[in-house]
Amino acid sequence: MSQLSADRPAPALIFETGAPGRATEYVERSRPHGEFLPPELLRSDLPLPDNSELDVVRHFTQLSHRTFGIDLGFYPLGSCTMKYNPRVNDAIANLPGFRDLHPYAPDELAQGSLAVMYELERSLSSIFGMAAFSLNPSAGAHAELAALLVAKKYFKDRGESKRTKVIVPDTAHGTNPASAAMCGFKVISLPSDARGRVSVEEIEKVLGDDTAVCMMTNPNTLGLFEDRIAEIAAAVHRVGGLMYYDGANANAIMGNVRPGDMGFDLMHLNTHKTFTIPHGGGGAGHGPLGVAAHLVDYLPTPVVRAIPDGKPDVRRAPSDGMRFELDFDRPKSIGPMRSFWSNFAHAVRALSYLYANGAEGLTSVSQLAVLNANYLRVGVSEFLTTPYPEICRHEFVASAQELKKETGVRALDIAKALLDRGFMAPTVYFPLIVPECLMMEPTETESKETLDLFIEALREIVETAKRDPQSVMAAPVKTVVGRIDETRAARQPDLRWRQSG
Amino acid sequence: MGAYTPHTPQEISQMLERIGVGSLEELLAVSPEIAPKAPLDVVPALPEYQIERRMKALAARNRADEYASFLGAGAYRHYAPPAIAALAMRGEFLTAYTPYQAEVSQGYLQAIYEWQSYICLLTGMEIANASVYDGATALAEGSIMAINATGRARLLVSRAVDPRYRAVLHTYCGGLDIEIDEIAVGADGRTDGDSAIAAIEAKKYAAVIVQSPNFFGVIDEIDARIRAAIETSGTVPIAVISEAISLGALRPPAEWGAQIVVGEAQSFGVALAYGGPYVGFIASTAEHMRRIPGRLVGRSVDNRGGEAYTLTLQAREQHIRREKASSNICTNQAHCALIATIYLALVGASGLRDVAGLNLERSRELATAVTSVPGVSLRFEAPFFNEIVVRVGNAAEVLAGLQQRGVLAGVDLGRFYPEYADSILMAATELTTTGEIAKLTAALREVVHVAALR
Ligand SMILES: Cc1ncc(COP(=O)(O)O)c(C=O)c1O
Repeated sequence: MSQLSADRPAPALIFETGAPGRATEYVERSRPHGEFLPPELLRSDLPLPDNSELDVVRHFTQLSHRTFGIDLGFYPLGSCTMKYNPRVNDAIANLPGFRDLHPYAPDELAQGSLAVMYELERSLSSIFGMAAFSLNPSAGAHAELAALLVAKKYFKDRGESKRTKVIVPDTAHGTNPASAAMCGFKVISLPSDARGRVSVEEIEKVLGDDTAVCMMTNPNTLGLFEDRIAEIAAAVHRVGGLMYYDGANANAIMGNVRPGDMGFDLMHLNTHKTFTIPHGGGGAGHGPLGVAAHLVDYLPTPVVRAIPDGKPDVRRAPSDGMRFELDFDRPKSIGPMRSFWSNFAHAVRALSYLYANGAEGLTSVSQLAVLNANYLRVGVSEFLTTPYPEICRHEFVASAQELKKETGVRALDIAKALLDRGFMAPTVYFPLIVPECLMMEPTETESKETLDLFIEALREIVETAKRDPQSVMAAPVKTVVGRIDETRAARQPDLRWRQSG
Repeated sequence: MGAYTPHTPQEISQMLERIGVGSLEELLAVSPEIAPKAPLDVVPALPEYQIERRMKALAARNRADEYASFLGAGAYRHYAPPAIAALAMRGEFLTAYTPYQAEVSQGYLQAIYEWQSYICLLTGMEIANASVYDGATALAEGSIMAINATGRARLLVSRAVDPRYRAVLHTYCGGLDIEIDEIAVGADGRTDGDSAIAAIEAKKYAAVIVQSPNFFGVIDEIDARIRAAIETSGTVPIAVISEAISLGALRPPAEWGAQIVVGEAQSFGVALAYGGPYVGFIASTAEHMRRIPGRLVGRSVDNRGGEAYTLTLQAREQHIRREKASSNICTNQAHCALIATIYLALVGASGLRDVAGLNLERSRELATAVTSVPGVSLRFEAPFFNEIVVRVGNAAEVLAGLQQRGVLAGVDLGRFYPEYADSILMAATELTTTGEIAKLTAALREVVHVAALR
């Protein structure tokens, strides 16, 4: 933790260092722009700093020292599946043949990339029980939007435009209702039952011929498996609605249960969670969209199409003995969701992870993710309330509500105290239905020792809270900065550097 | 066992015992009616060296690197100093999540604050967000800002805006009742002023959308006449930038009237990677601050009295506002924005000016060379940045012939504009060599000649 410690000053903003003419030269000097264009089209000045390469390297290395990632320590951020990001995946994504390929390269010169996309798409279809996947959407929320556009178009084609409502449980992630709204649907929020699950009786009350889609996360954001999913899906289908699976929690189900078999018609994956794509501090993500057979024609364009090349079938992998092309000519498609075909470099990483595991490995991944979460849950329940004291899936929620009543120490304080102890904090205050919520997801790549250390750190924080609550409320004290004035940040927004004077 | 899982069999038993469950299967029991009926159909697990071997074989099936390439059209081949990857691939940056816990994310937050500042300095806008997925979604999200700002449900977009961006705009608008009208392209390759003004005077639009350099490479500012019409009608002018290097030479869109600038920053050091990940940006005047989608990093103070960075104005976002949020975006393109920031920090003003200048220079060299071939001409006369529209006869046929001769000459415009099926969109950057241009020219001489003979 020393590199994140308080006695290291922040590097100055890049705009406040350097001197004109100091930048390292990477290309030859150009002739003046005025030789090529009339002056009225040209900019009069370019107020960017010139820094030497060494100074830039130091600047960003120092910034990295002020940033916490999985590589530094345990990162139990619930709903985010912060598992180890294998370096081999990055090495492969960086192979020049993949890295330097232009998106408009003719299909016949892009067969390797198309094969990667095809193999990933086919493998995901099998793992999750869908007819097809599109690798077009850029992240989970983007795929949600794409899926709802698919649903909208599907209903329109069937003359059912009266289906205007999207049902979203109150435990759902904020992107679910936001995506529905961006698609012009009305959002119906569904209260969870005492078991933290969607109640069949409640959902029956809101279902009707105006139901378009029911969006569910299973296991849900409390980490609980929706054990009545088959009944719910049947009820939604009975009124003609579609079932959407938010796959942010897919790390809990691989090789165990498939959204297709649970009755879902549409789903997304966050392969930047489940398939070890590094989250990169907030993306880029990768959000494959899966659909059942009746919705395949609506997938975003382009779709990778396989053409057998006529050789005898000696396949070792799905792409051997095939030729591929990008198919843009899909009359029922919702159209493209993004500039180009896919976050391709991430498709490479996901496929590489798939190769490392195979079906058995993925099954084991989910089993051990669930094992770790339950082990952590049992440990944490000795000193914090776990509102749903039953077997969880890949994550669980604890509540600091009672501790707060007793000591004044809140979930946020616990989170900050964990930072002082070298751990990333869990997700806090989500899902919204649990007061003083701490949502913890250890993932399968953490060892028992790490979990034990974390449990002991958390126990010590709770004990300190009972003895000396102020010290917990003062946390963090060892980090490079203390708690930040959020009100000031929002009231007097300072969102960019400005030249002073 | 799963890859990258550390558990020993003994530990698994100990942990199961602590949980009070007999087996892993029992821990994940589901009712038989939803259990999978057949085994998963995926390739068997491979040891790491074989994964590399197989992936290298797949990468080798991409053959485009054997060709001289003039492909552009929204994705550009530029020089990226190796220092970028050395810094961006540091594990602290690579393996962080969105900086929700600001106290241990100051470095990343500062980098994003620097990115927002760079985008403001380059576009002349007052604010910029922490990124969106790419240029096309930036346009869609920027248009939604204008729709929300004006309460109008109609957009006017130039046909010289990248056709893929326009297609994505149509996709996004498919969920809402938004009408999209188009402005014709004039004979010089710029957005036609008369049809723009006629449209703006006829209907109330939320936004008028123009790209510069436009899809044809032509510099296409919103001119004073159109600006006057826009102002009278209360429409929001949106500028699209898909070749960010142009900002090193051309005057910033703020100077020609844009209120919202959206674009793609792939050119700032982000790999081509067959289309992604890239990085979209949205910048605007201050009045649109509470409508801008996605993350924003702000500078504030901490409880020790020092300067500190944090995610801010989150009341716009989905995790707080749910269905009333300004957008559904959650994960954005932080790491690509970091790459772009490092690129800009490395090249500096001097380097960006040079790179932009070399793009101007090489593309003119390209234009001169190709038009020296009989039967080949430039379709448009207006000044361009680094791309040109080259009239060759039958573009598809000529492209095929050039490909046989080892050249990827560009994009067949007929793919997007039936009326330009005789033309190829060609790009030249600082990496384009005189040798490549000579190879293209020689091949054109043969192919266009052959095509004429047929
Ligand atoms: C349950 C859930 N749904 C959806 C999302 C949105 O995914 P993304 O951030 O990839 O857009 C997330 C993650 O942030 C999530 O946790």
